[in-house]
Amino acid sequence: MRAGRLLPVSLISAATLAYEVLLMRLFSIIQWHYFAYMIISIALLGFGASGTFVALARRPLVERYPAAFAASAALFAITAVASFAGAERLPFNALEIVWNPRQLGWLAASYALLTLPFFFGATCICLAFSRYPGQIGRVYAFDLVGAGIGALGTVALLFLVFPSVALCFVAALGFAAAALAATGMTRHRWLVAGSFGLAAAVIAVWLPPSWTAHGPHMSQYKGLRMALEVPNARVVEERSSPLGLLTVVESPTVPFRYAPGLSLANTQEPPAQLAVFTDGDSITAITAYGGDPATVAYLDRTTAALPYHILERPRMLILGAGGGEQVLLALRAGADSVDAVEVNPQMIDLARNRFADFVGGIFNRPNVHLHLADARAFAATTGERYDLIQIPLLDSFSAAAAGVQSMHENYTYTVEALRDYLAVLRPDGIIAITRWLRVPPRDVLKLFATATVALEADGAAEPGRHLALIRSWNTATLLVAKSPFTGGDVAAIRGFAAENFFDISWAPGISTSDVNRYNQLDQEYLYEGALALLGPERADFTERYKFDIAPATDNRPYFFDFFRWRALPELLTLRTQGGAAMLDWGYLILVTTLVQAMILSAVLILLPLWLRRRALGRAVHRLRFGLYFLALGLAFLFIEIAFIQRFVLFLGHPLYAVAVVLAGFLSFAGLGSAVAPRWMAAVGCGSAVRGIAFAVVMIAFLSATYLLALPLIFERLLALQDAAKIAIALLLIAPLAVFMGMPFPLGLGHVGAHSQAFIPWAWGINGCASVLSAILAALLAMHVGFTGVVTIATILYLVAPALLAGTWDRYDQQTSQGFVPDRSSNRLKVWFGRGVRRLASALAWVRRALPSMLGYSGRE
Amino acid sequence: MRPLAQCRALLAAVLASAAAVVSTSASAQDRLAERAAMIETIKLHASSAPSAVEGSGIDPAVLKTMGKVPRHFFVPEEQRGAAYQDRPLPIGYGQTISQPFIVALMTDLINVGPGDVVLEIGTGSGYQAAVLSPLAAKVYSIEIIPELGERAAARLAQLHFDNVEVKVGDGYYGWPAHAPFDGIVVTAAASYIPPPLVEQLAKGGRMVVPVGGPFATQFLMLVEKRRDGSITTRQLLPVSFVPLRGGRAR
Repeated sequence: MRAGRLLPVSLISAATLAYEVLLMRLFSIIQWHYFAYMIISIALLGFGASGTFVALARRPLVERYPAAFAASAALFAITAVASFAGAERLPFNALEIVWNPRQLGWLAASYALLTLPFFFGATCICLAFSRYPGQIGRVYAFDLVGAGIGALGTVALLFLVFPSVALCFVAALGFAAAALAATGMTRHRWLVAGSFGLAAAVIAVWLPPSWTAHGPHMSQYKGLRMALEVPNARVVEERSSPLGLLTVVESPTVPFRYAPGLSLANTQEPPAQLAVFTDGDSITAITAYGGDPATVAYLDRTTAALPYHILERPRMLILGAGGGEQVLLALRAGADSVDAVEVNPQMIDLARNRFADFVGGIFNRPNVHLHLADARAFAATTGERYDLIQIPLLDSFSAAAAGVQSMHENYTYTVEALRDYLAVLRPDGIIAITRWLRVPPRDVLKLFATATVALEADGAAEPGRHLALIRSWNTATLLVAKSPFTGGDVAAIRGFAAENFFDISWAPGISTSDVNRYNQLDQEYLYEGALALLGPERADFTERYKFDIAPATDNRPYFFDFFRWRALPELLTLRTQGGAAMLDWGYLILVTTLVQAMILSAVLILLPLWLRRRALGRAVHRLRFGLYFLALGLAFLFIEIAFIQRFVLFLGHPLYAVAVVLAGFLSFAGLGSAVAPRWMAAVGCGSAVRGIAFAVVMIAFLSATYLLALPLIFERLLALQDAAKIAIALLLIAPLAVFMGMPFPLGLGHVGAHSQAFIPWAWGINGCASVLSAILAALLAMHVGFTGVVTIATILYLVAPALLAGTWDRYDQQTSQGFVPDRSSNRLKVWFGRGVRRLASALAWVRRALPSMLGYSGRE
Repeated sequence: MRPLAQCRALLAAVLASAAAVVSTSASAQDRLAERAAMIETIKLHASSAPSAVEGSGIDPAVLKTMGKVPRHFFVPEEQRGAAYQDRPLPIGYGQTISQPFIVALMTDLINVGPGDVVLEIGTGSGYQAAVLSPLAAKVYSIEIIPELGERAAARLAQLHFDNVEVKVGDGYYGWPAHAPFDGIVVTAAASYIPPPLVEQLAKGGRMVVPVGGPFATQFLMLVEKRRDGSITTRQLLPVSFVPLRGGRAR
């Protein structure tokens, strides 16, 4: 067989994965990221449906393989564009779900539309596996390479072109696969191939712009759309990358005047501003500056200006440069030198180059240095020592208010992060963190709790003496000092607060009579919280609070997750009485997605199989085998996802973490399944169950080792060059992934030898488990942290072989190759399990990486 | 849009809303019952929202007015059926007409008296201005989006809310010609409260700002200018919610 025959498999595999990444990007722009995740998780079950479809209609399809493949690939290409164009036109308004149940209907319609391309793309690959049963390894290799190129290639491509253009390429890739496959047809081959080839060429360069454009269909409730409704407001620049779509807007008639946390005592109007929207929401301002600090004097009346009233001419670090507001404040306040860190290279380009004249070249001053880096990684590796670290407010108020960041890991606000920041402070240095103030308070209390724990871990005897918290009506700024505040510092804090009508919610030595003066809350929750968190009541207070304010850690870095089941009934009751804003949506969306995926995977995958259940062995086997594949499906992704999360810190950028961990797990698990038969022969003495047992013991050993050793390894090697760190990451992943690639094919071979009829069950269950586990892993990580997730996965792996044992006496020795020969459908199942698993994991990191890269710099 | 096209669109909008008023004037009576039910819902919610409700509940005058204003004329055609449900409704341009309960709270909070002059920033549908109209001597309202402002002005005129004046423009500077204002309602999102608005607030006057997303009000900000000119703000939850479970009762 010529390699060319399998090229279409690579192409369609690449296109399907690319499409998934791309959809996530597009829907994050049009809707909100968390709904994008929900829609695509569910659409992924189209993959499951295709497996069932091919299993049921295999014979007629395989007989006409080239035509069936070409047709399915072409349908993928068509639906990739059509489903998106259709789905973005649905009048779905996520924000209205609380009020209007009809919105759920539109949500379901989006699922239905977007399932189609995944169904057709997956059908192609399914067909290839059934067509070339003797070449399973090669087909799998082409498929794997395609998937890898598709996922990583899209990330690279999205740096170069806009998502709308990338969508054309994906569709063209589908048609190219169709054209190639059509050359294998017996009749009309050149006509069909030529037509598809032409379609590919045309689509790659041109589609009606309205079919792929995201702009016109962006939710009208996103900040960008609202800003553009204002007369004469217009887009002056647009940049796109996997990190987000940056849109720069000027609004000469009604200026932006963006200055959160500004005092009521301020009377100055901010200078002209350009607003930079990320994915159509969350704004950062680029403020006009002509070199006269007096023009930005208003910034000195924001809560974030507090530290400048304690420190003189600080050497400072800004974590999250954005449009440069904090740099301006630093210049105005007379900072000695400024290191500003920004994670998005395009944001840097906008602020430093494209709008350099507008901002008066502040980023090109000799004492201002702009670094492209992740905040945490920069802090952990810098050799500099600072007087002040500013962590400004970069996410939007509405994103914070809706609790939509709760699904994202955020390593900026963990206990370990604060300790890293404290470590790069000079002895009298201060960290200043500004957050939106929500009522009742959540983030600010959690931040206070996190800082308290970090200070204690660093040996502060009285953490309260290192902390100060002030608030305006919509922001709060927390100061964390390396050395206790002096009487003079506290006097400065009091003076600054009084001058600007800011309330002090905590400072050493304040009492009840000092608080809740200017901006009155029903009750001074922040002061009361601070008192409780610093005193013996801490555990009790944290427990009794209706939102989760326990400190975030690197093991459970969900700073923005405040959800507590306990409070849900009350919040649900209050939602229509004006309490809608108190529900944090992120967590509920995850749970809802999980429930939907469970129901739909049962309907799409398990139900058809159950209907064809005739001639299955004894019930006990069915249950045990089913549980085996369920366990594997869950465990594989649990470990993979936990690793991606763990490597974010080490590799310094979520994008690298996703790319490297994904590539590592894909290729080495592939290698593992290739060598599985040899492993079974050599180590398992020809017994599949024994082979699996040894493999899972290795998995358990390696996971446990990594859980203990990874933080140490990371700490030691963090300062290495990126290339070296990537190589080390791959080396670390390799052994684990190789062993994780074994239990699935070995188990399938074993079960196949026992009874052919078990096979569809096996892959159906494993497929469902994979989709579910991506969602479940995210939920579990919120509750039990990464350590918990990896521990659960390890237990699942260890239990798995026991589920097969007991039946192996009769059948185990028959399967020396791991797969039963001459049963083409088996290959299909092997592939299917992997395919779904791969897509599910792809979604998991897309979900995690693309947005958390933004969440990283604090942007949502 | 070119100016001519804009004029034409405006004219069409005005004619359409006028036609709607004429054709539905009979059914306006029919919705009395729905309005009465809406008022009951507001009362019910108010009875459990002590933070934002002062005294013994929402001022009966506010409720009476809301019982008269035909809210269904202020929502888009396709939303009319839901006009009297206690929820926010989309009105286009990324804007919403607020939940009736929130409208009642805000109107109640600024303590409008018969001789008062009120300023509104963010006309939207014009409903809030219509509710203020019978309570105040004069209502000035500024809308940033021309289409919304022009439509609201036409609608208010059509329904004879004659003491309401709407202009399209930048709300940041308030409306100095008619200042000071006894009450100010700011429904337009802003990252801070524009200083000119604070300045144009009369001594003893009150400003209310709903804070939150388009379909979810997080809290109401009440800005008070005391007789001595000092400013205080208060953050009021529209619901009764104590964040501590089993906390000390206050």
